[in-house]
Amino acid sequence: MPGALSWLDDLTITRKGDGPPLLLLHGGSGPLEGMPFWSDLTRDFDVIAPTHPGFAATPSPYDCDTVDDLAYLYLDLMDRLDIRDAVLMGFSIGGWIAAEIAVKSTARLSRMILVDAVGIKVGDRETRDIADVFIHSPAVLAEKLYHDPSKAPDLSAMSQEEQHKAAYNQQSLALYGWEPYLHNPKLKGRLHRVDIPTLLIWGGSDGIVTPAYGAAYCDFIPGARMVVIDEAGHSPQFEQPEKFVDQVRGFARES
Amino acid sequence: MRAWYFSETAYPDLPDPETYDSVRVTLPSKHYDPRKGADIYHQRLDEWCAADEFGLDIMMNEHHQTATCTVPAVPLMASILARQTRNARLLLLGNPLANRRQPIRVAEEMAMIDVISRGRLECGFVRGVPFELPSGNSNPMRMKERLWEAHDLIVKAWTSHEGPFNWEGKFFHHRQVNVWPRPWQDPHPPIWITTGNPDNATEIAEKGHVGATFITGFDGCKAVFDGYRRGWAQAHKTPVPLDRLAYLGFCYVGDTDEAGYAGAEKLLWYLTANKSPPHFRNFPGYMTPEARASVLKAGVPKLEDHRIPDVQTQIRVGNMFAGNPDTVFEQIKKFYDHVGGFGNLMFMGQAGHMKSAETIKGLKLFADEVMPRLKELKTSSATA
Repeated sequence: MPGALSWLDDLTITRKGDGPPLLLLHGGSGPLEGMPFWSDLTRDFDVIAPTHPGFAATPSPYDCDTVDDLAYLYLDLMDRLDIRDAVLMGFSIGGWIAAEIAVKSTARLSRMILVDAVGIKVGDRETRDIADVFIHSPAVLAEKLYHDPSKAPDLSAMSQEEQHKAAYNQQSLALYGWEPYLHNPKLKGRLHRVDIPTLLIWGGSDGIVTPAYGAAYCDFIPGARMVVIDEAGHSPQFEQPEKFVDQVRGFARES
Repeated sequence: MRAWYFSETAYPDLPDPETYDSVRVTLPSKHYDPRKGADIYHQRLDEWCAADEFGLDIMMNEHHQTATCTVPAVPLMASILARQTRNARLLLLGNPLANRRQPIRVAEEMAMIDVISRGRLECGFVRGVPFELPSGNSNPMRMKERLWEAHDLIVKAWTSHEGPFNWEGKFFHHRQVNVWPRPWQDPHPPIWITTGNPDNATEIAEKGHVGATFITGFDGCKAVFDGYRRGWAQAHKTPVPLDRLAYLGFCYVGDTDEAGYAGAEKLLWYLTANKSPPHFRNFPGYMTPEARASVLKAGVPKLEDHRIPDVQTQIRVGNMFAGNPDTVFEQIKKFYDHVGGFGNLMFMGQAGHMKSAETIKGLKLFADEVMPRLKELKTSSATA
């Protein structure tokens, strides 16, 4: 494989706002720019939001096919941009990537926020910790994803370009997360290495990874704490944007 | 032309479809009675043996977690027939390579069947339909790449006879590959690969393998064969030998047209007993993002003309050949001419509730009345 450093050249990055750097890693539904919480954050932070290769129809280097690859990609990105004391925030699979980054190196990080993150296995072998998003009908999936399923975006009503991007999002999630399913069996045993203040933000109605899963995740990270946002599912930043941004701001201000 | 008799070994005694979500992937096995299942296995094996006696060749396949095909391991059926048949060539179409974790095991199984059958194996490699992904826990991404790496490894394993070689690929790792037995056929059994897509057909042609397409009808089949012919012309600079092209349709031959249609009606079970939700058919990554985007747009896709379970419709689109021997020959001839010729007709001649006696009667008529005329097609045009 040619140097993975070259993957940075094709990486799509949205960067906006003033303040301390915030490296924002999106979840399986793709880039989050355009959501109200995102623009709110740019008032307090220099938001740096890469699109994971392959999502939203972005280039997908053939050998970039694991979450581990993405973790190293973003460590390289922080080196290239010379980011210091960044807040690292990841949503769902982005939370998994964030945790993989933090167990490798926190040299350029000040804090970490995991939002309804996947990435670890907590139950026994016959317990599916993470809902199988690839097997459910859109209606069942909406029930699991949202506190209020009527807020679920209607893929059939989207523009052709959005549908095209959604198709790339879904297949990229499969590429990175199919097996072991949306987790790294080794990660749990490495979380003791996280040596920065960590906050877990969880939707109280998350049916993809429950608050109990979040609490278990929290227990593996030294000194971490967790807040549950009510009336929100897997995407509290979408269903309760104000409460969500308050939590992020509050945590970033803590000394 | 060669003709390959095929059945999926379905388990048709299912409850009311209203009581279950899907006949594939999630149908509980409490609906399967092993005593009935044993009878079904023996009936299908008897029919394949009858096909052998009638001078036809044999095709088998495998599917998983489904009542539509109770053969989750096609090498097991093939190994029985390798011993029980005498003359038929045994086509496995095929081994779902993208879902098999150990290609070396596939190489071993196939070599063993080739030797037991004294060189009658035709070895198919398939990517597998979307329904197979959950049973294999297989990632729908990179399937094609896995298939070709497994293919390359198997071919090298079959053709290396001087002791172990090393394989450290992207998907498969073996440091001591040294397959025993080696295949009977030299350098290795013929390889078949399925596709419904002209671009993939081009790639299959470049490698010189048999390109096979299933119930793609007049125009779908022609597009695939055209893709194959393009690839072949470019890679080999010669006309395509007819034996490189294969088509699978439904076929039932009766004494009269009415008897043929009545038999064909029973084959439609394959189309009617296929209840499955759209999300089992469209795992992300299995199809191109462009194709998936159009599925997202359409929501639940409507039944294409191509899949309407009606005998005359299926005959019209080129998925089915049915009637008396003259009628069936004319239908096949018309199809043959439309698609530019091909050397292998695979046909589903049993499905669902069709009983053994009726199956064998149709096979006998096909072998006695249709097959001799199909053989002549070959002489009218040796290349496609």
